[in-house]
Amino acid sequence: MNSISNIIDWFINTGVLNMALIALIYLTVFALLGLFLVLLERKVAAWFQLRIGPNRVGYLGLFQTIADALKLVSKELTGTVKADKFLYNLAPYFVIVTSLMALAVFPFTKDLQAFDINIGIFFLIAISSIGVIGILLGGWSSNNKFALIGAMRSGVQTVSYELSVGLSLLTMVILTGSLQLSEIIEVQKSGWLIVQGHIPAIIAFMIYMIAGTAETNRAPFDMVEAESELGAGYHTEYSGMKFAYFFLAEFINMFIIAAIATTIFFGGWLSPFGITESLPWMGLFWFLVKTFVLVFLMMWFRWTFPRLRVDQLLTLEWKYLLPINLVNLVLMAVIVWLNLTIQI
Amino acid sequence: METAVLNSTTVKKSNFKSEEYFINMGPQHPATHGVLRLLLTIDGEIIKKVEPDLGYIHRSIEKMSESNSYQQIVHLTDRLDYLSSHINNEAVCLCVENALELEVPERVKVIRTILGELTRIASHTLWWGVMGMDVGALTTYFYGFRDREMINDIFEETCGARLTMNYNIPGGLMQDIHPNFVKRVKEFIPHFRSKLPEYDRLLTGNIIFQKRTKGVGVLSREDAINFGASGPVARASGYSCDVRKYHPYSALDKVNFTEALDTAGDSFARYKVRIAEMWESLNIIEQLIDNIPEGDFKVATNAVIKLPKGDFYQKVETARGEFGVYIISTGNKNPYRVKFRSPGLSNLSLLNHIAVGGKIGDLVATMATIDIVVPDIDR
Repeated sequence: MNSISNIIDWFINTGVLNMALIALIYLTVFALLGLFLVLLERKVAAWFQLRIGPNRVGYLGLFQTIADALKLVSKELTGTVKADKFLYNLAPYFVIVTSLMALAVFPFTKDLQAFDINIGIFFLIAISSIGVIGILLGGWSSNNKFALIGAMRSGVQTVSYELSVGLSLLTMVILTGSLQLSEIIEVQKSGWLIVQGHIPAIIAFMIYMIAGTAETNRAPFDMVEAESELGAGYHTEYSGMKFAYFFLAEFINMFIIAAIATTIFFGGWLSPFGITESLPWMGLFWFLVKTFVLVFLMMWFRWTFPRLRVDQLLTLEWKYLLPINLVNLVLMAVIVWLNLTIQI
Repeated sequence: METAVLNSTTVKKSNFKSEEYFINMGPQHPATHGVLRLLLTIDGEIIKKVEPDLGYIHRSIEKMSESNSYQQIVHLTDRLDYLSSHINNEAVCLCVENALELEVPERVKVIRTILGELTRIASHTLWWGVMGMDVGALTTYFYGFRDREMINDIFEETCGARLTMNYNIPGGLMQDIHPNFVKRVKEFIPHFRSKLPEYDRLLTGNIIFQKRTKGVGVLSREDAINFGASGPVARASGYSCDVRKYHPYSALDKVNFTEALDTAGDSFARYKVRIAEMWESLNIIEQLIDNIPEGDFKVATNAVIKLPKGDFYQKVETARGEFGVYIISTGNKNPYRVKFRSPGLSNLSLLNHIAVGGKIGDLVATMATIDIVVPDIDR
């Protein structure tokens, strides 16, 4: 008995219990968020496409994706006989775990932040590039030709666009002088960074949104699963919950890309013109509003643009976005050096 | 540019053992629009060879026709190019009527032409939706279907069916038009005139779409003629071949319209030709809809139609190109042999020629602009 209470004490004292609880809350909340995003995407798509969208399960179809998730959980996991079993099973976890890990560093309000490290942005860039390993593993180990082509495209695409995401965020770091996300928000109390940094910040934001969309492998950059070319791309051979992990990860990644943009460019949880400064909890509301506006923007891309071809995708990155980004970086440095930023 | 890439990869294989990579596109594949199987040989993303493999939906319609009466053959042609079913029916009826030297009433001719042009618009709107989907813009599909739905409703009211109409019979039409027909067609014309610019805003003007289609799958005029291409595919290469212009049938000799032509021969040209055809079809319908003559909707024929001995050929312009019906009759109630010249087969035959050297994405875009309907190819 004594030893058990010792273990419990150890858990409480070292904070492992806290950590586990927080992790559990994050998991639940963001799994539900992912499901909600799927529903939102379907509703937005329906709106763009002159349809009604899901409206049968629950009020206005609100439980549609929950029902879908339940179906996927209860489905038999079929796989190919020729697949490399270990890697094949590992791949979806890689994808989902990395996308959930990135959520840890976001400051949702002043106090609601799980993990405030001093290299927040660096952590985000690093984590988001791990996810592609899962896609590569999945495509490679499925032993399917379409999946392999999808995975190879994904590798090419993510490695290229990683640079643009990193550089556009780096442009903003010149302005903030810090990589810590809570610090970056503090800086923005004298004006959101997209206002402070005006022209180079707006260019950086546009490049970031393009590259961010490409990084989540969403249309118009969905070469990875281009359904008219490759069937379903890298997740052709996955079924049931393993497929759902890939699917959910895509939506959580979309949220992450929008959340990074919110934090870096649009003042995170800060309210516009400080209108709700006396109510700290309203920060969560503002954070979500800004993020969902950007999420909507990404959905808008997806449902209006055709897909690029794989060589055009690389041309766009290496011949246009990257040089513009480099020039923009210098421009931002000059602006900060000459103190030309706009402070409210 | 593309050939340069090809050469550099073939030259540099000194120590590197490389194999050709085959992928099976189809028979179940979203871009093959049915059950067409393409055997692709690829090098990375670049296509080396495209081999269409047919036969997955072969129903031996030509053979079946030999044991059916002429009225029954009309019904089988619905199942060839199901998107141009009305025009296919018309072709058989015209062939039989010509053989019998039967003069059908003017009313029938005008109604046939109006319905034929509506069919062409319906087919092209569906093609436009699917074209967008093949290059990754999923929304176009629903916009195309919205307008197609109006035409289908018109068909449903008058012909009783939405896709396989069977409205033509040798000697005329099965029934007279519905009283609402004229009104609804007149409603449709301004509606579609206002929606076609929307198509341009959504897809045609999109820079990504233009990059995907311009200079892709280029077909020269000579090749178009050599491969026996017809319809929008040939006209986009500058080969003027509209059967409606050169061999007018039904009421098409009474209307003024311009043949949509382009000289670029690439996927974008084929796209533009089809969009232009929709405008022209609207013009044709507008000229005829107010001038439907009074009269009978059919002339009486014998219950058992026996064609005189001989060979009979009739060609029409379907949404995909030149569709021909060739009947050899020995004077019986059944034809001795029936051959359908389907536009899809010859248009598909040039796929390998224009897709080689492009990327996988190009193949899909090219195939979409060729606008194949597999049951038309596989009869």
